[in-house]
Amino acid sequence: MYVAVKGGERAIDAAHDWLARERRGAPELAEIGNDQIAGQLKLATDRVMAEGSLYDRDLAALAIRQARGDLIEAIFLIRAYRTTLPRFGHSVPVETAAMACIRRISATFKDAPGGQILGPTFDYTHRLIDFALLAEGAVPPPRDPETMPHVTGFLGRDGLIEAADPDDTEPGDLTRTPLSLPADRALRLQALARADEGFILSLAYSTQRGYGRTHAFVGELRIGLVTVEMEIPELGLSIALGEVELTECETVNQFLGSKTEPAQFTRGYGLVLGQSERKAIAMSLVDRALRWKELGEDFTGAPAQDEEFVLSHCDNIQATGFLEHIKLPHYVDFQSELELIRRIRAEALKQGTADTTEPEDRA
Amino acid sequence: MTDQAYNFAYLDEDTKRMIRRAILKGVAIPGYQVPFASREMPMPYGWGTGGVQVTAACLTPEDTLKVIDQGADDTTNAVSIRRFFQRTADVAVTEHTRDATLIQTRHRIPEEPLTEDQIMVFQVPIPEPLRFLEPRETETRKMHELSDYGLMHVKLYEDIAKNGHIATAYDYPVMVEEHYVMSPSPIPRFDNPKLDRSPALMLFGAGREQRIYALPPYTKVRSLDFEDHPFEASKADHACDLCGAEDSYLDEVIVDDAGGRMFVCSDTDHCAGRRAAGHVGRLGAGTEDVK
Repeated sequence: MYVAVKGGERAIDAAHDWLARERRGAPELAEIGNDQIAGQLKLATDRVMAEGSLYDRDLAALAIRQARGDLIEAIFLIRAYRTTLPRFGHSVPVETAAMACIRRISATFKDAPGGQILGPTFDYTHRLIDFALLAEGAVPPPRDPETMPHVTGFLGRDGLIEAADPDDTEPGDLTRTPLSLPADRALRLQALARADEGFILSLAYSTQRGYGRTHAFVGELRIGLVTVEMEIPELGLSIALGEVELTECETVNQFLGSKTEPAQFTRGYGLVLGQSERKAIAMSLVDRALRWKELGEDFTGAPAQDEEFVLSHCDNIQATGFLEHIKLPHYVDFQSELELIRRIRAEALKQGTADTTEPEDRA
Repeated sequence: MTDQAYNFAYLDEDTKRMIRRAILKGVAIPGYQVPFASREMPMPYGWGTGGVQVTAACLTPEDTLKVIDQGADDTTNAVSIRRFFQRTADVAVTEHTRDATLIQTRHRIPEEPLTEDQIMVFQVPIPEPLRFLEPRETETRKMHELSDYGLMHVKLYEDIAKNGHIATAYDYPVMVEEHYVMSPSPIPRFDNPKLDRSPALMLFGAGREQRIYALPPYTKVRSLDFEDHPFEASKADHACDLCGAEDSYLDEVIVDDAGGRMFVCSDTDHCAGRRAAGHVGRLGAGTEDVK
C-alpha cells in the first residue's frame, strides 16, 4: 500500500542528528575552538564578517564552526542573526586617513610620505606547501601600526584627480529600504561591500579583459584599525565605541575626458570589513565601472557597467537560496508540465499519423 | 513552547509594522507589487522567506496555522515552517483546512473552499509576471504603470500558434480587476479559478525580490486568454487512486520499477477527509492509512 510522502517530521529530525554528528567529526579528536578559528583562520572569519555585514569576530568564528567551514552558510547564519538585532543609531563616518595601518602600499608612486608597508601579505611568498607548518614554528614579534596620509591626496593637490568632496547626504540603507533603481553611488558601495567576493572578483576581472575597461591603478591599498565613533545627541558630542579593522582600496583610473568632464584621473573605491584586499580591489574596479553615466562615458553593454545586473545578482545569500531552492519538492508544477507536454505530444503524434496516411487517401 | 530569545513570531514589532504597511498598501491596490524591506530570515531565500514574513506580520496568539507545500502538510518544508512558528509564536496548528485561520502555502490552494475568516499566504519566487519576457525591473515597472501588456499577449498568442495551447502550466498569469497583470505564484493553473472572488484574503510574499502583493476578498481575478482559446483549468485525466475524487488536483507517483503509476490527491487533508468519510479509490483499501 502506498503511503503518501508521510514522515517529513521524522526525516528532518534524523537529518539534523546526522548533521550534528558530521559537524563534530571524529569524536576521538579534540573539538576545534572558536578562538582558534578567529585567530588562525582569520581571513575566513573576516570574509564572514564582511559579507555577513556584522563586525563580530567571535560570532563569525562560531558561525564558521556551525557551518562546518562552508563560508556562505556561515554568512547566512550571521545575516539571519543580524535581522534580530535592534538598531540604536549609526556611527559618524570612519576616518580612514587616521587608520593605524598594518599594511599600506601604492602601485602609483615608488614612495610617498609614510612609506610602503608590506605587512602580513601573501604577495611575495612562494606558494609552496609549507610542511614545516605541520610542526610548531617560532613566531616573529609583531610590529606597531602607523598612521599615514592618503596617497590620492597628493594627486588631488594638482587637480589631476577628480575631487572627492565631503558629502553630508544621509546614505541609503539596503537592509532597511528595498532596493530601487537607479541607485546612487553610496547605495551601490553598500551593496558591493556586502557582495559575494567571487562574484565581484569575476566582474572586476571582466573589466580588465575589456568588458567595460577602466584602466585602473591601485593608488593605495591599506589595512588597519579605525576608531568607530557615534554622536550622542544627549551629550552633544561623539564618543568612541571601539575599533574595527578595515581594508580600503582607492584606484586611480586613466580618463581622457568626455562630453561633460575634462581629462583627469578618476577614482574607484573599495572598503571592506576585516582584511580582504582581493575584495577591496575588486570592489573599487566595479565601483569605477558602474560610474560610467556620471562621468559621461558610453555604456558598452558590459555586465560590470550594468547597475541593475550587478546589484540584483551580487548577494550570495539571495543567490544561493534561490539556486538551491530548486531541490525542494516541485511535484505540483512538474505534474502540470507533464500533463501539458503529454497533451501537446498526443496531438502532434495524432497529426503525424494523419500526415502519413494522407498520400494513401489521395491515391 | 515559545523560544523566549525572540520576539513573538521572530520579527521585532517595528519590522512587523513595516510589513503590515506594505500589506495594507497591497490590499488597497489589488495586484500591485509593493516593495518592502525584506529581512534575512533564518531559512534560505527560496524556502518561503516572503511568505514567512507575511505570516509573521499577520499572526496573533489566537490564530490557528496550517502550512502546506505541494498541497501536503507533511512535506519537509511545510513541517519546517510550521515548527518555526510553533517555536517562535507558540500558535495552534492544524492540518485541517477548515480549522485554520491562516494558511501558508507553496504551490497550491486547498481544494476545500475558503471562507471570509481565513487568510491565505502564498510563497512567491518571482513576483513579476513579465520577468521572463523582460528581465529588467526598471522596464517591467514602467510596463505596469502604463498597463502595457502587449508583450504578454504576444507571448500567449505565439504559444497557441506554435503548440496549439498556451504553454504555461503553472504560475499562469492573471488580470486583477482589469488593471494589473499578476503572478498567482507557481500554483498549477488548475487552481487559478479559486482566486477569483475568493472570500478569503490572499496575500503574496516574495522575500528575495522584496515584494508583497494582495487580493482582497471578492476581487475579480481573470486568467489571461483569448475569446477563441478560452482559459482551461486542467489536471491529470484520472481520479484519485486513494479516495476516488475526480475533481481534485493529482500527484503522479511512480510505484514500481516497471514504471507503474498511481494518481493521488495533492491536497492530503482533502484526501484524508474523503477517505474518513468512506470514499474509496481504485487502490484505496478503506481507512487504514488515514491518521
